[in-house]
Parts: sequence; C-alpha cells; structure tokens
Amino acid sequence: MADSIPLSGIVDLTPDEEHPRLWLQVMHDWIVTVDHKKIGLMYIAASLMFFAIGGVEVLLMRIQLAKPESKFLSPEQYNQLFTLHGTTMIFFVAMPILFGFGNYLVPLMIGARDMAFPRLNAFSFWIYLFGASLLYYSILGGKGVFGGSGIPDVGWFAYAPLTENGFSQGNGSDYWALGIFITGIGTIGTALNITATTICMRCKGMKLSRMPLYVWLMLVTSVMALAAIPPLSAAQIMLVLDRHLGAHFFDIQAGGSAVLWAHFFWIFGHPEVYILVMPAFAFANEIIPVFSRKAIFGYPAMVAASVGIAFISFTVWAHHMFTVGMGAVANTAFVLSTMVIAVPTGIKIFNWLATIWGGKIRFRVPMLFCIGFLFQFTIAGLTGIMLGVAPFNWQLHNSYFVVAHFHYVILGGIFFCLFGAFYYWFPKMTGRMMDETLGKWHFWLFVLGFHLTFDFMHIPGLLGMPREIYTYEPGHHWGIWNMIVTIGAFVQAIAVLIFVFNLVRSCFKGKLAGNDPWDAWTLEWTTTSPPPSYNFASEPTVRSRRPLWDLKHPEEPDWEYELGTENEMAAK
Amino acid sequence: MNGWVNGWAETVRLFGLSGQVSQSPRIHALSPLLIEALRGPGSGSGLFDRLFTSPNNIFSPQSLPAHEIFRLSMFTLIVTGAIFVTVSSLLLYAIVRFRQRPGEADADREPPQIYGSNQIELAWTVIPILIIVVLFLSTVRVIFGIQQAPEPKQALNVQVIGHRFWWEFRYPKYGVITANELHVPVSSDPKNPLPTYLKLTTADVDHSFWVPRLAGKTDIFGGQVNTTWIQPEATGIYLGQCAQFCGIEHARMLIRVYAQSTADFQSWIANQQQTAVEDPGAAEGRVIFEQNACINCHSIAGTVANGRFGPDLTHLMSRDTIAAGTLPNTRANLEKWIKDPDAYKPGCLMPAMELSDQDVKKIASYLVTLH
Repeated sequence: MADSIPLSGIVDLTPDEEHPRLWLQVMHDWIVTVDHKKIGLMYIAASLMFFAIGGVEVLLMRIQLAKPESKFLSPEQYNQLFTLHGTTMIFFVAMPILFGFGNYLVPLMIGARDMAFPRLNAFSFWIYLFGASLLYYSILGGKGVFGGSGIPDVGWFAYAPLTENGFSQGNGSDYWALGIFITGIGTIGTALNITATTICMRCKGMKLSRMPLYVWLMLVTSVMALAAIPPLSAAQIMLVLDRHLGAHFFDIQAGGSAVLWAHFFWIFGHPEVYILVMPAFAFANEIIPVFSRKAIFGYPAMVAASVGIAFISFTVWAHHMFTVGMGAVANTAFVLSTMVIAVPTGIKIFNWLATIWGGKIRFRVPMLFCIGFLFQFTIAGLTGIMLGVAPFNWQLHNSYFVVAHFHYVILGGIFFCLFGAFYYWFPKMTGRMMDETLGKWHFWLFVLGFHLTFDFMHIPGLLGMPREIYTYEPGHHWGIWNMIVTIGAFVQAIAVLIFVFNLVRSCFKGKLAGNDPWDAWTLEWTTTSPPPSYNFASEPTVRSRRPLWDLKHPEEPDWEYELGTENEMAAK
Repeated sequence: MNGWVNGWAETVRLFGLSGQVSQSPRIHALSPLLIEALRGPGSGSGLFDRLFTSPNNIFSPQSLPAHEIFRLSMFTLIVTGAIFVTVSSLLLYAIVRFRQRPGEADADREPPQIYGSNQIELAWTVIPILIIVVLFLSTVRVIFGIQQAPEPKQALNVQVIGHRFWWEFRYPKYGVITANELHVPVSSDPKNPLPTYLKLTTADVDHSFWVPRLAGKTDIFGGQVNTTWIQPEATGIYLGQCAQFCGIEHARMLIRVYAQSTADFQSWIANQQQTAVEDPGAAEGRVIFEQNACINCHSIAGTVANGRFGPDLTHLMSRDTIAAGTLPNTRANLEKWIKDPDAYKPGCLMPAMELSDQDVKKIASYLVTLH
C-alpha cells in the first residue's frame, strides 16, 4: 500500500521547457494566480516587507529610549511609531506570514491539489494587502479635514475614549479601525479556507487521526480566528459609527462605556495570541521530530492539548484587565482560567522534550531555532504565570515587564519557530537549500541580540517603568537597562539582515535540494521541489501519520503500530 | 541596597504565608542575620545599588498592599523559578545526551521509535495541576485581602481625578484641592493603621494611578469610580506615574506622594485651607493674570479665577514641581513655562498666551507669592 505514494520516477515530473517570458507576463501570472503555493509565497513576501518596516520603526523607538530625556523623536512621532509597530507586527506580519505558510503547506501535507476555495484564497490575500496599505496611507491622507495628527497614535489596542473625536482629531483612528477591519476580512477568508480544506480535501487514507500535527494545529488556529476576529471587527465598526455618525458606544460623556472597548478588544486579543502561537507550535511539531529522528511523542495528547488551549483561550481575556476595577470575584475567576491554560501548554513542552529524549539530534539550523524556542517559550510561559497572579499583575501590568513578556512570546517563541520554518521549507519552496553557515550566524547573533534586549527589558519593568512613554527622567535608574536593550535591538537587526541576504542569495545560488533534503516523513517531501502547480501527479494514499517513514522503513512501519493501538482500543 | 534587603526580609517572612492580611509584620528569626549578611560592608554605594535601586522599584514596598503583593510575587518567583530550573535542566541534558554522534558505528541508524505513554502524560498533567492549585489559592487570598479590605473609620479619603496630563487631588473632608503632589499621613503605628482611600475618576480618557512602592496600579475608566488604598509606613516622597496610555504627554504625567507625620500633614492641610495670599506687591501681576485667559482654566481661591481645566494654583508655591513633575517649581521655570509650555511638554493642553516678557515676569512675581 505504502508504495502508492507517487514518488518522482513513478510519474514523469520533468517541468515544461522554460520559455523566456516578459517581465510583465511574470507579474501578470502572480497577480491573477489562484495557486495556493504562489499565494502563500506572496503572503510571506508581503509580510517580510512589513516586517522590515516594523523593524525600522522599532529601531527608531529604541534610539529614542536609549537614554533619558532624549530629543531624538518628538512625543507625537514616538506615539505614532509604537502604534504602527504594534499594529504592523501583529496584523500585517505575524498573522499573514503564519497563514501564508499554512496556505503553502496545508494542501501539500494532506495530499491535495489546492485549497478548497482558490478564488477566495486570492481575494483574501489581496484584501489583506489593501487593508495593510490603507493603514500606511494614513501617512499621506490621515490629516483629514480636521487638520489633526495623521498617523494613528493611540497604541495598538487603541483604548477608547482616546480614539473618539474629542481626543483623536484627524483621520488617524479611522485609518487604524478600517485598515485592520479590512485585513480582518482577509483573515476570516483564509481561516474559512483552511478549515474547509482540512475537513474536505484530505487524500485517501488520511483520517483526522493521521493528519500531520501541523495541519491539525492550522485547523485549530483557523477555527479560533473565525471566532476571535468578529468581535474586533464589530468594535471597530462601532468606533467608526461613534466617530462619524454620532453613536455613543465608547463615548463616556454621553453614557458610553470605555471598559466595553477593552472587553471587545481582549476577547479578540487573547485568542489572537494563541492564533499566532499555534502555527509556531505547528512548525515545532514537524521540525523537532525530523531532526531528533523520532516520531512525535504523544500525538493524541498534542492534539487534545491544542484543542484544549483553543477552548480555554476564549475564557481568559480579562487577565489583560486585572487593573480596570472588575472586583475581587471577577479577578479570581480570570486568575483561575489563566492558570488552567498553563496545563495544556506544559503538556506540549513536555511532549517535545520526550520527543527529543532518546533521539539522535541533528543540529541543523531549523532545529537550532526550535531549541531556542523551547527554552524561550518556557520562560515566556512562566512570566505569563507571574502576570496571571492578579496582585503581581497590578504591579507588572503596562510596565516594561509586560513588553518583555509578550516579545518573549512573539519573538522568542513564534518568530524562532518561524525562522526554523524558513530554513526547513525553503528547499521545498525554491528547490534550493539556504546556506547553513550564514544560517548559523543568523541564529547565534539573533539569540545574542534577543537575550540582550528582552532579558534585560524585564528589569526596568520591575523598577517601575511604564510602557508607551516617549521619555523618562534620569533619576529612575532605567537608563542603563534601556541602553542595553537598544544595543540588543541593533544586534537583532544585523542578524535579520544576514537572514534576508541568505534568503535572497539562496534563491539563486543555493545548493540544489532535491525532493527530500531532510529525510523527512510528511507528504510534501514526496513531490518535486518546488512542487508542480498540481502538487501531486496522482492522489497519494496514506496508511499512517508518517507515510514516508513507512516507505523508508518497511521493516517497522508506523501503520503497524497504529493498527496495534486501534485493535487495543477495539478490544477494550 | 536597602530596598532589596528589605525585600529579602519579606521573602523570609513569606514562608509564613498562611493567615489573613497581617497588620503587624512578623519577621522571621533568621531575617536579621540575613539582612546583615546581605548588607555587607559599605552598602548603599555599590554598583549593585546604582543598577537596581529606583524610587519606583516594585520590590521595595513601603505600604501594606505593596507588601502583600511583594510577598506573593516572591512566592510566585520561587515556584516559577523551580519549574524553570527543572524543565531547562531536562532540556539541556536531553540536547547534550541525545545529540547525533557522527563517529559512532550506528550513527546512521534511526533511534528506536517511541510513540507515547499514557502514564507519563498523566503524570505531567497532574503535577502542574497541583502546582496551580497552590498558586491559585495563595493568589485568591491576596486578591480578597486587598480588594475587599474594609475601610477603617479613621481612613483618609481623597478623590483622584486624572486629567490629560496631570492629576487633581481633592480632600472632601477638608475642602482642599491640589494637583500632582498627594499629601497623606504616614501610618507608623501598626496597631492603629491610617490608610488613605483613593476614589479614582477621570475628566477625559483612561488613566492609571501607579505608585509602585505603595500599591499596585488601579486604572481609571470613564463612567465608573475605582477605589484603591495606600498605607505608607515611613515618611518620605514616593514616585509614580500614569500607567495607561492617555495621549501625547502620557510620559509626563507624574505622581509624587508625600507621606508626612500626622502633625506635618495637619499643618499642610491647615495651610491649604486658607484662601490665597494677597501680597500687595504682586497686585500688578494678579491683574494681568485675571485679565487673561489664565482664569478660564486655573482657580485661585479668593479671586475671580475659578477655572477647572487646569491645576488649582491657590497654593502653587507649596508644591515642589510644576507641569505634573516636568520641572522643579522655581521662579525661573515658572517664567519659562508660562512663556511657552510646549517647549517643555510638547502637546500639553496649556497654550502659550503670547504674553510679553514683561507680563510673564509680572505673572510669575504674582504666582511666587501663592504659598
């Protein structure tokens, strides 16, 4: 059975002869494409562009904060920069790049030829790009008829009533609300698409219980996105109604409620953290086993933990609001739910540990990034528990400790996995390997910069430095820590430059990869690199979670083990 | 270093975590020794001090709610620290022990495939749950201890009103209104605590009241009155600032809390209750002040100035700073500030009134009489 997977050689996969084409024809191809791989690559490219923009924004902010009473930026510019940085990194970088990988990989991993709705897929990408550009158009068009500040300067969570007409003149807040709202439509489209694809398009033999964990977690992420984005979109529409049609949802002078916005935002905002972190977990679930040369430990527990996290993540939002005066009982309830979510997260860490245990670890670049992720995500989880202890939170909330914590999650956790994913799947996407030496430089420099920045960033938080302040006085003793943080930020920037150089160079000069450079086990490695537009010449059939393992190790195939457990279950 | 040494004393005490919020701190027998050991020779001037001492250090509590939070924080740090050490040592061990060794004979053979174990999964589910139960229960005790603490009769009440970008403090019992510098009595006798209860409201957008050494922060959201309380144990100045982004000058919305002995506090109150000093020598400046838009925003008790958008100036010179902690309150700074507020706090809501230098000087001469 296992040999029914069409490895190259069985079907003639020689690509058509390359005809020289006009640059315009190539452009046209990409713009009108509905191929999930091309759309996935466009998502990744657009996100990388915004990643560069968001990175430059943060470097400017770090120069300003490096010493007390700095005059490098005006307060207005600083406030605009942190609003743009936060919004860009969450909505225009992290989410689309993770969904971009999902777009590329999900059909390949389940043996499908494309997504369930290819046209919706293209629509989602272009509407995302439009929404993101709309926010940046505020640089030109945001002044509006009021002549106020143009670029939004209200923070990425844009707490009302600061966003209301009385306090936010010009059209900055409108561009913020509408830009994200439109991007949200794209996210919902992609989430819907991935959900439908995983449910309906799996190849023969791929039961839900045989889906690669990557696909499982993208399914969970997508379902979460479907539930989490609409509250934010609704709140943004309410805000626009307030600002332009005289509604009073968040207008406290007219009986509106400021806390209402906070609830709306965080009931989106906390699941959002898990929407971002699930795909990162998903990368780790593929990379760690392959480079440890062992099957993932506790597959059913991993699936259960992911689904568990997804459910619980919708009950924890008010732990962002321990200080808003909800009262002791409500605070207690959210402390409980917040701590409960640590249990499935712990299960995941332990399962990865057990996967490594007894393996033969190959320290290639993707694995290095995943190991960094394991350490850093453990720390991020533990500082998360500290923040979940409500009274501790009353001190830490809105301080630099929180900023350090969530950058530990997003950069130290999610982006480390993401960098690993780049090195791991780049050969599949381009047919060429990324340079290993440059990759190691990227890894070690990034680790150094990351820890310089974010380890030391906890300290000014403990010394009472609030976030979102454009300057501070020398007497607080925050200066030395901020200087170290700034130096670390520039080290990270150098590491990212090496990464980008490696990425571009390897596209043309990288070693040829072949179909399966990592000796991996999931379906995407059976087809050519890059895969043909139809992915698979014939529909694959799988009998276990690791079809390529079965093929490579006919003496002890996975399906024997899986059959064994099924029989055991049946006997009970 | 003292803050951190006191912190250690608290950590030692923390192991008596049982019981309700304690009014009288019971110091563990060991702690004096520990404090001595940590102080060491020449404490108070080392590098450690310069790096870790801050007037805003959350680990240097000087008030009951902050102490309670600190103890719980240390407990949390110990628990999470232990988890970190365990998990990361296991990880390190696994990475070193199970790396591929290319030289070995069977280096290319795949390792044995192990798919999972229900017993192990159960173990690492149950153990974290037990840890969480302990952490949760100790957290709940502190939440209720602080948030549900009954307000004693002798407690002082102050209304705190957040404005963009300054603080207004009102003492309803005494009829006193002041700005940016909150005076409270110290609570030196543990048997007869003298807390100050703060009722927090906003005049515009969201703010957050945070003086780390006295208590955790409490946000101020429009349409609701939040309450928090502080109980400083030693006289002195405690610094804090707005901790919820409120607009362009959020960074310059500083708080100074003056904890004073009861006698000092009462004399401060008595002074604040007076109407403004009328110094005939400054009459010219007063006229200019009253004939300009100054009075639309500022109040000076006993004069026609009764604006409410800006800080009350009746006893301006009793304060150490102006512009919510931006500048020291000196005559020179007052002149510079009146001339062009935007130069020191760009975006603040006080406009430059386009006054001549002479008028500015005269107004400043008037203001410096307002003791």
